[in-house]
Amino acid sequence: MTCEIVDSERDPAAARLDQVVPAGEGWLHELAKGQVLRIVDLEGNQAADTLFYDASDTANRYSAVDTMRDQRNLYLTTGSRLLSTRGTPLLTIVADTCGRHDTLGGACSRESNTVRYSLDKHAMHACRDTFSRLAEDWPGDLSKRDLTHNINFFMNVPVTPEGGLRFDDGISAPGRYVELQAECDVLVLVSNCPQLNNPCNAYDPTPIRVLVWDD
Amino acid sequence: MGSASDALPGLRFRTTLEPGEGWSHGLKRGSRLRITDVDGGANVSAMFFNADLPVERYNMPDTLKGQHTFFLTRGNVLYSDMGRVLVSITEDSCGWHDTVTGHSTPETVRQGFGGDRYQEARNDYHRNGRDSFLQELAKWGLGRRDWMANVNFFSKVVADDGGGLTWVAGHAKPGAQVELRAEMNVLVVLNSTPHPLAAPGPYPASRVSLEVLDAGPLAEDDVCRTSCPQNGRAFANTERYFL
Repeated sequence: MTCEIVDSERDPAAARLDQVVPAGEGWLHELAKGQVLRIVDLEGNQAADTLFYDASDTANRYSAVDTMRDQRNLYLTTGSRLLSTRGTPLLTIVADTCGRHDTLGGACSRESNTVRYSLDKHAMHACRDTFSRLAEDWPGDLSKRDLTHNINFFMNVPVTPEGGLRFDDGISAPGRYVELQAECDVLVLVSNCPQLNNPCNAYDPTPIRVLVWDD
Repeated sequence: MGSASDALPGLRFRTTLEPGEGWSHGLKRGSRLRITDVDGGANVSAMFFNADLPVERYNMPDTLKGQHTFFLTRGNVLYSDMGRVLVSITEDSCGWHDTVTGHSTPETVRQGFGGDRYQEARNDYHRNGRDSFLQELAKWGLGRRDWMANVNFFSKVVADDGGGLTWVAGHAKPGAQVELRAEMNVLVVLNSTPHPLAAPGPYPASRVSLEVLDAGPLAEDDVCRTSCPQNGRAFANTERYFL
């Protein structure tokens, strides 16, 4: 898969929602079928950790493994269909000026930070605490139990043919964005990643911008 | 494989899965599960949970990024989402186990193998991983909300430089074995349904032997504990959990 850049014609002035999400904070929002979500990497090299749920049945949620298997590719870009655990498309990526996005690397947690970096890193803020806190705001039953493997928009986790895996500097840059169209009513849960221990945010987490259009 | 009467030190019990069969078991801390591909060509899709509190479960991304690997083999451990070790891979004659491409589904089995129904095929019907996992999880009060990435023992999937994924034919040899040591009380849920990217053809007729054995005490220089500093810290977290 080459890093193909696909621009969008959508006008931010016509968006029904336009909001900045600071690093270390999250965003929970329901998209109606057909609506389009744009996530903008405002300052570059920021990881936007994102989960998607079928809004009418949140036990049917984004499945990283089914999505990678179905497209026979690790990386997400324009044309990728984001499949649910039931195998139905939740969203499709319709534009992408970054070129590829990760869905293998998962989200950071305070517990995984103790394993990856040092046992004394337990106080550092992490995505999974943002996810579980926001999940409690959903009027339905949504909790840590529902936190599955996410997408890391703008993040770069290259895999070698020999089976090596590493976290690299992002291939994103200021103003790059990804756009997704909802194939059904979809619940979006974003954690704007606060990780300071690896290059996924260039060691300097920065804000993202989210925009929603009706079509 | 021999019969249950064969002398095998520390053997607690042994069972054999028919092709595509599902199984689940509470594997106690301090025991081992030995999985053998009896006939060759098997795939064993498996999920792992903390049996005492199943909201803690195997986490594929944490496992891969913590050990900087795209596959699993001897010396690797399976991390839970809480920074602890569920099971260690203490022996492996196979060298590569996939954990990235999920399980078979009704669609992959129909496209790959025909999808024979029970009505015609009776108990040789073509079982799939999704249905098997849901049936087995239900027996422990678990379901779709507990659904996470699985391991595919005996299966190899490689990625090219562009991220393209290829299933490697002929990887699972007759007699191939992998051994897992439980570092917590672990609920193991598995099935021998075909790998979702396996080449089309006849439904794989591979039997899988499962043996539960005693495990010795964990040595300070244990290969899984010492294979990287991350694993040492995950073992420290695990030991603290049982204090």
